[in-house]
Amino acid sequence: MTSGPPSPIPTSQQAPAAPPPAIAVENIVKRYGTFEAVKGVSFEVADGEIFGLLGPNGAGKSTLIRMMTTLIPVTAGRALIAGHDVAREPNAVRNIIGVIPQALTSDIDLTVEENLSIYAKLYGVPRAERERNIATLLEAVDLTKWREAQTKTLSGGMRRRLEIARGLVHSPRIFFLDEPTTGLDPVSRVAVWEMLDKLRNSMKLTILITTHYMDEADNLCDRIAIIDHGKLVALDTPLALKSSVPGSSVIEVQFGRNSIDRKPQLQHLAGVTAVESRGSGEYRLMTANGSLTTTQLVEMATSASDPIRGLSVQNTTLDDVFVYYTGRQLRDEQVKAPSFIMPPRPGMQP
Amino acid sequence: MNRMWAIVEREMRKFFRSPTLMLMSMTLPLVQLIILGNAFGGKVTNTRMGVVDYDHGEEALKIHEAFQTVAANIRTFETIPYADEQTAREDVRTGRIDAAVIIPAQYSRRVLAGESPHIGLMVDNSDQFVSGSLESEMQSLVDALNAPLIQPKVVAAITLDVVELYPYIEYMKFLLAGSVALAMYISVMIGGGMLYIDDKARGVHEGYLVTPITKLELVLGLNIAGAMKAVLSGISLSVIGSLLAGLGVVFHLAAVFQLALLIVATSIAFNGMMFLLMVRVEDPLVPRAMFGVLNTLLFFPSGAIYPIAAFPKWLRAIAVVDPFTYAVHGFKAILIKDGGFAAIQKDILFLFGFGIISLLLATPLFKRTL
Ligand SMILES: Nc1ncnc2c1ncn2[C@@H]1O[C@H](COP(=O)(O)OP(=O)(O)O)[C@@H](O)[C@H]1O
Ligand SMILES: [Mg+2]
Repeated sequence: MTSGPPSPIPTSQQAPAAPPPAIAVENIVKRYGTFEAVKGVSFEVADGEIFGLLGPNGAGKSTLIRMMTTLIPVTAGRALIAGHDVAREPNAVRNIIGVIPQALTSDIDLTVEENLSIYAKLYGVPRAERERNIATLLEAVDLTKWREAQTKTLSGGMRRRLEIARGLVHSPRIFFLDEPTTGLDPVSRVAVWEMLDKLRNSMKLTILITTHYMDEADNLCDRIAIIDHGKLVALDTPLALKSSVPGSSVIEVQFGRNSIDRKPQLQHLAGVTAVESRGSGEYRLMTANGSLTTTQLVEMATSASDPIRGLSVQNTTLDDVFVYYTGRQLRDEQVKAPSFIMPPRPGMQP
Repeated sequence: MNRMWAIVEREMRKFFRSPTLMLMSMTLPLVQLIILGNAFGGKVTNTRMGVVDYDHGEEALKIHEAFQTVAANIRTFETIPYADEQTAREDVRTGRIDAAVIIPAQYSRRVLAGESPHIGLMVDNSDQFVSGSLESEMQSLVDALNAPLIQPKVVAAITLDVVELYPYIEYMKFLLAGSVALAMYISVMIGGGMLYIDDKARGVHEGYLVTPITKLELVLGLNIAGAMKAVLSGISLSVIGSLLAGLGVVFHLAAVFQLALLIVATSIAFNGMMFLLMVRVEDPLVPRAMFGVLNTLLFFPSGAIYPIAAFPKWLRAIAVVDPFTYAVHGFKAILIKDGGFAAIQKDILFLFGFGIISLLLATPLFKRTL
């Protein structure tokens, strides 16, 4: 592996006259005592973007979002929300942002509508506007029917949708959501994604979410910042991130004759960046060029009269991207030696 | 200030939607009022008194008659005849009977001879309350027997004296003031302590803190709501408790005004104190652990159960700064003494002052960030 990860440089450069970006974070640091939870992170989020902070538990995502939403003081660096410094003008920031914390915090004893109206009052939304907003939002999150229901009767997915509506009662410009789909079933998760995408368009929102789900980042976000151990390790569109990983496909192959060590041969096939022998004639290859490597692999087997008993080719996923940039799996367990990175894939693991 | 009312609205809607807090705050004080009021307030009855009669004379018969009067009327004890002192002593020791009276031989003769003979009383003094009652009962009987010529009706007078229709009410009345204060304390402890810290831990406050609400609006909103809940508990317990204890003050307009004022002042004091104690707490276990300790530390020195006059100095020192003391004093003044506004003026001033000072101390400690 010769080329390292590209340095995380914000992509868009604003012209001087242009309005400030929705979110600008400059070298932001958060220390708890001696422990540095966020270690100098910088990025910008453009108006109308859905921006994802992707990282495992404990990466510092919530800490980042809490600094951006005025919930905790910034240790060093700064965060500007629509040009307002969170440390200097917290109330200006609070008025234009909506925030959904990681935990479900709607009041289960109150009805759906009461939950919304109390927040509208906390934001000082005038009565007429309050009623209008609540009606529109209930429609948008598909809870109009449940308006009078006590929140304890709602499912987890419905409660999340209620909280999404709650975060928008004061028509904010920028919407922060901390792990909005954690704990939801797959159908509810997709519903939340669709809802957020629709709301982004109808309310002209900029959205920043944190997640530890690859598919969520991939499906929902325009750009993704990968956070690990409090550092920004990569930032780009999902597609660009995936193509930045050198071995962009993984091939699994099993030969009929398992007595021969084919690793040296496989390493010389076109595009191959890494080979792992898994025993019983089975090998995993990482390649920059999936189709070319596969063609050569089949030719090699034919000329050696060694029948191929199994073959599969998969394109790089964000899982691979994450492992490539951090040397670790997203799901907590440590990956083997960082010199040889071969992501295990769903469906290929026993 | 609209934002402050949004906090109050949330708290009160939750409060009225689920009656748990209200019920919990009233259960302990009511149970205490009824159980303690009955347990400690009554007279000793239905104990068993062994009688060993070595005399069998005319004067001994008078004693038997006097005992029968007691057994039939005030029922402090009933008598069980014993043949000898040893058996009676053994039965007192094993608890089969509570005491034994020994009428010595020659008793009647010596009474008639004016020699003032002694009647023996054996009591189980491991139970001071029962033995004390029996001793004093016996003493009055003996006194009566010694002076039959001067006060021939004294035995009958004793019987009349102790026929009480509601023998428990006096102590219940005494306890009621403490029970009302206790209901408010529990309301504040659960609402302003446990539920408040639970909300914090669940992230409800995180939700508040991202809105443009100011620190003052948030502090006032939480405290107004907390005080309102305590007021409702205090009113409910005053009404129910007064009815239980047979007090009519709840029907007197002037007393009701004084009561309302004192309940508001007490609620503000208790709530302010709880807010000050909880303002930096994060762990939901803390208020739970504090519940009993605080209860003991504040409730018992207040004079709610035992009079402050019986306390040692250091305990009186606690009583002086304990808001419970003033609440209990005030409630007693209104509920059982009918002392008028002058009697509760000092209590009201102290309680308001205590609440306001607590809030003034707590507000700067309250963090507007997580
Ligand atoms: N209040 C705090 N005090 C000390 N350490 C904290 C505090 N909050 C978070 N941390 C630590 O900071 C790191 C990042 O936490 P967090 O931002 O919650 O991660 P994430 O949201 O990505 O799971 C973790 O190691 C966590 O233990
Ligand atoms: Mg988190």
